[in-house]
Amino acid sequence: MSESATVLKPVESQPANRPSPSDIKLSIRNLNFYYGTTKALKNINLELETNKVTAFIGPSGCGKSTLLRILNRMYDLYPNQRAEGEVLLDGQNVLDPKLDINLLRARVGMVFQKPTPFPMTIYDNIAFGIRLYEKLPKSEMDGRVEAALRGAALWEEVKNKLNASGLSLSGGQQQRLCIARTVAIRPEVILFDEPCSALDPISTAKIEELIDELKTRYTIAIVTHNMQQAARCSDKTAFMYLGDLIEFDQTSKIFMSPEQKQTQDYITGRFG
Amino acid sequence: MTDMALEPARAAAEPAFDRARALSAFKLGDRTFYWVTRVSALFVLIILGGIILSLIIGAWPAIRTYGFDFLFTQRWAPSLQPTPILGALGPIYGTIVTSLIAMAIAIPVGLGIAIFLTELCPMPLRQPIAVAIELLAGIPSIIYGMWGFFVLGPFLADHFEPAIVSAFENVPILNTIFQGPASNLSLFNASLVLSIMILPFITAISRDVFATVPPVLKEAAYGVGCTTWEVVRNVVLPYTRVGVIGGVMLALGRALGETMAVTFIIGNSFKISGSLFAPGTTISAAIASEFAESDGLHQSALILLGLLLFVLTFCVLTAARLMLRRLERKAGA
Repeated sequence: MSESATVLKPVESQPANRPSPSDIKLSIRNLNFYYGTTKALKNINLELETNKVTAFIGPSGCGKSTLLRILNRMYDLYPNQRAEGEVLLDGQNVLDPKLDINLLRARVGMVFQKPTPFPMTIYDNIAFGIRLYEKLPKSEMDGRVEAALRGAALWEEVKNKLNASGLSLSGGQQQRLCIARTVAIRPEVILFDEPCSALDPISTAKIEELIDELKTRYTIAIVTHNMQQAARCSDKTAFMYLGDLIEFDQTSKIFMSPEQKQTQDYITGRFG
Repeated sequence: MTDMALEPARAAAEPAFDRARALSAFKLGDRTFYWVTRVSALFVLIILGGIILSLIIGAWPAIRTYGFDFLFTQRWAPSLQPTPILGALGPIYGTIVTSLIAMAIAIPVGLGIAIFLTELCPMPLRQPIAVAIELLAGIPSIIYGMWGFFVLGPFLADHFEPAIVSAFENVPILNTIFQGPASNLSLFNASLVLSIMILPFITAISRDVFATVPPVLKEAAYGVGCTTWEVVRNVVLPYTRVGVIGGVMLALGRALGETMAVTFIIGNSFKISGSLFAPGTTISAAIASEFAESDGLHQSALILLGLLLFVLTFCVLTAARLMLRRLERKAGA
């Protein structure tokens, strides 16, 4: 995490070291979000850089999970939820109603707070997602499954019981299985929604290591309540409060010398 | 220091005595409760055993006279002298065929309704459809019987049966299954009414178990890019399989034993015909229509039919349990 190149600035102004357009994977512009008539996100503007980890912190209910669920249109599953504004994935508006949602979700994978293995074998949990998009011969599929499990640092633990149920794994293993499943369909962006909040410290450390490794290939957004986690594994951090984006900057800057008093108060534990 | 140590000790000694007494009172209540529940549980076993025993005693003359031949004889001639010839093949065939056809129709439709209600249906429509399904379950079977007799039967005989018969006239096998003169009373008519009667069971139970799938699991499946159909097939159905099979078995149990509606519309013919459009009978319909005027060996044979239905239902339930156990082992959960 180098901060040498950073020029300090408030979010609202144009960043002086604005990354070149090709480095921007997702760009969120003037985004508002409503649960029914309640406004949950207020005019959010930020950009996720390619191959960087962006962390979202803030007290419960500040809208960080909501923001994440917009990026792959998960909110679409529920009536009365709607988004206004633009979310550009490689320049293409994700919020466009004509967009193929299934394809979008293949490009923008998601790992949830609670491990969500499907009710099938470990092998099928991985192969399932791949089969949705590709017809592969058995041998090639085996390779893809192994690669995905290795990618999630799970292969050594499960290679002898690929036919056991995904539900038979421990919580930390299940979460890595879910990461492997997400990685297997080769997304471009991975969204982590508090991926470690149900895990013990050792599993958490493993997943953080994994995130660090995954960012060489993917663009990552992570929502977390654990500020050490945000400090440890992200490049940029966004602090949100009550639906507003308060501050967005290099992680080191946010944690060492935040611009806003609210950010300062939150990371030092004075409120939230 | 000493005071402080003594104070709580005295305080603890006083209520400890009371607590023991209070606990002993609870213990008496506990014991009573234990026996009340135990007797209730035993009562079920006693009733079950009593029913089986009285069925066997009642059926004994018929068992002695006909033995295993009873299962394989088609002829049903209760007034033949000196001994009537009685066989259960017709009713057994009718029971199994009508139940199977009813299941074949009701399972896909019932699951379809449940999936629609839980996954696809717009919110304002959900409640009315769910209530309608529950009302369907509440209609007394005699009404289904009358409806089948006065409405569905004539409709099938006038419009549906002739069309099907002529459509499959030249198709081997199917021209045997669908043949003969159109009739208001037929196996097919009974199967159709049965399927409508068991539909609410399948739908209501499946809907309830589908609702138990954690939303986050469905989100995860949508998150890898599944369509609604893929989520239902690969996540919702496997997750709720045990409950769904339970609902299906309950429905099958009802289909096997349903009496009133079937007696109205099946035609009560003991002769087995290859055609579904011919009249037939089921075990319960045979008992219902003949028991009042029966005596002696005839009555004993009808009781034996009842015993057979009991065994049949038992076998179905056992098979369902075995199947569930195998499924669970396969899933490794």
